[in-house]
Amino acid sequence: MELIKPDFGLLFWMTLAFGIVFFVLAKFAFPVINGMLKKREEEINNALELAERTHKEMEQLQANNEALLQQAREERDKMLSEAKQISDKFIEDAKAKANEEKDRIIENAKETIEHEKMAATTEIKNQIADISIKVAEKIIGKTLDSEKEQLDYINRLLQDIEENQKH
Amino acid sequence: MKNNISFVRKYILNAITCLFVMSFTFLNPIDTFASNDDNHEVEEKIDAGELIFDHILDSYDWHICTWKGKHISVYLPIIVHSEGELYSFSSKNFHHHHPYHTKDKHGNDVIFDIPEEGKYAGKVVRVMDDGTHIRPLDFSITKTVCGIFISCTLLVVIFLLVAKGYRERGEKSPKGIQSLIEPLIIHVRDDIAKPNIGKHYEIYFPYLLTVFFFIFINNLLGLIPFFPFGANVTGNIAVTAVLALFTFFITTFTGKKHYYKDIFNTPGVPWWLKFPLPLMPLVEVVGCFVKPVVLAIRLFANITAGHIVVLGFICMIFILGEMSAMAGGAISVVSLLLAIFVDCLELLVAYIQAYVFTLLSAIYFGAAAKEEHEH
Repeated sequence: MELIKPDFGLLFWMTLAFGIVFFVLAKFAFPVINGMLKKREEEINNALELAERTHKEMEQLQANNEALLQQAREERDKMLSEAKQISDKFIEDAKAKANEEKDRIIENAKETIEHEKMAATTEIKNQIADISIKVAEKIIGKTLDSEKEQLDYINRLLQDIEENQKH
Repeated sequence: MKNNISFVRKYILNAITCLFVMSFTFLNPIDTFASNDDNHEVEEKIDAGELIFDHILDSYDWHICTWKGKHISVYLPIIVHSEGELYSFSSKNFHHHHPYHTKDKHGNDVIFDIPEEGKYAGKVVRVMDDGTHIRPLDFSITKTVCGIFISCTLLVVIFLLVAKGYRERGEKSPKGIQSLIEPLIIHVRDDIAKPNIGKHYEIYFPYLLTVFFFIFINNLLGLIPFFPFGANVTGNIAVTAVLALFTFFITTFTGKKHYYKDIFNTPGVPWWLKFPLPLMPLVEVVGCFVKPVVLAIRLFANITAGHIVVLGFICMIFILGEMSAMAGGAISVVSLLLAIFVDCLELLVAYIQAYVFTLLSAIYFGAAAKEEHEH
């Protein structure tokens, strides 16, 4: 049957034509196409890799920034708390010192007052004594001889006065 | 993806248009068979088998159509080599079944004829003095050879254009015909060559591409029913045989030591299959030769079968039309729809067969190129 019997002439022409096409394409077309496809793929791969790398770098950078920020924040907090501590302590100290000073001043004042009071009392006493003596001299008309006598007398008088005051 | 869909849609549309026109083209042969034949006055019945085989088989002229009872054909050159001399003449000389008379270099009469019956039916023979037929070496540019030339020219033009595109556009994205071909090239490389051959794929890649596109383009052109396309190239056993032989020779000559070792000392089979009777090596050696044979027959049978089925559906209209115009008219819708369906299927087959041939070639190359340590 002709259908399944290869014809010699056809075999010849087919071999020739296919051989030539194969040769021409393999020499002039496919190397260019294949090379360019490869080159383009490489380019795309490189571009993708670069993008990936950049992305990673960006992430790294961001992470760094975050870390830096965190650190700064911590430092700030630390500084703030330290400052607060210092200021607190300062205030505490100042307060304590002020209290001490106050107490001391008050003490001093009290002492001075007591002292002054004593002095004043003594002076008043003396003055009163003097005045009393003078009054008494005037009243009695005479000068008591001994000092001892004078004082005793005055004290007696004063006691009387105090008692009178109490009542 | 969108491009692919529009590409497929375009081809389906083309196929449908082709079919419509094809049905009109086939309207005319009825007239021919009815009235044009010079010798027969009786109306000849339409012979579907003859019509189909006329298309499937090779011929010395290219019948375009029949217009008002006249065949319009392209007469192709006949080149024969007989008894040390080359004769070339137009096949028009055989018009109306007359033998062709010429003289050889000694002035003797030489007669060529195309017998309608006998061993050499439909082929050019030399009629000897005693009336016997001798088949000369026939290098005629037949319809199929012409189809091969056309598709080869197309192939070369397309790929040189694509290569030019790559040269001009460099690494930029493909444009025009480049973007049509590029996915197919990448498909052949990434889905056929690389996975089946491995790292040595670059040696075989040009051949795989040539084979793939040669088969694909011829399959597609074979589906177009008008001149200068529609020659049944990939449905011809000689064509597929040559392609298979190329694959066979490339496999055989690039086969590494490991490939031949696997054939003669097949690993993984019991020793008694190899000695004393070398059963396994015999099977393997036979396999080496059977593989290309199967390769050739598969492609040839698939494409031929597709053409026969499409033409069969179309012929059905006319066979029934001869019985009654009504039946012909009624069946034409069904027949046409079926023919369209089969034609669409053929588009798929056009690709699948190109793919399968290339894939199997790649697998054979892969076995041949495998090194000892690669498994």
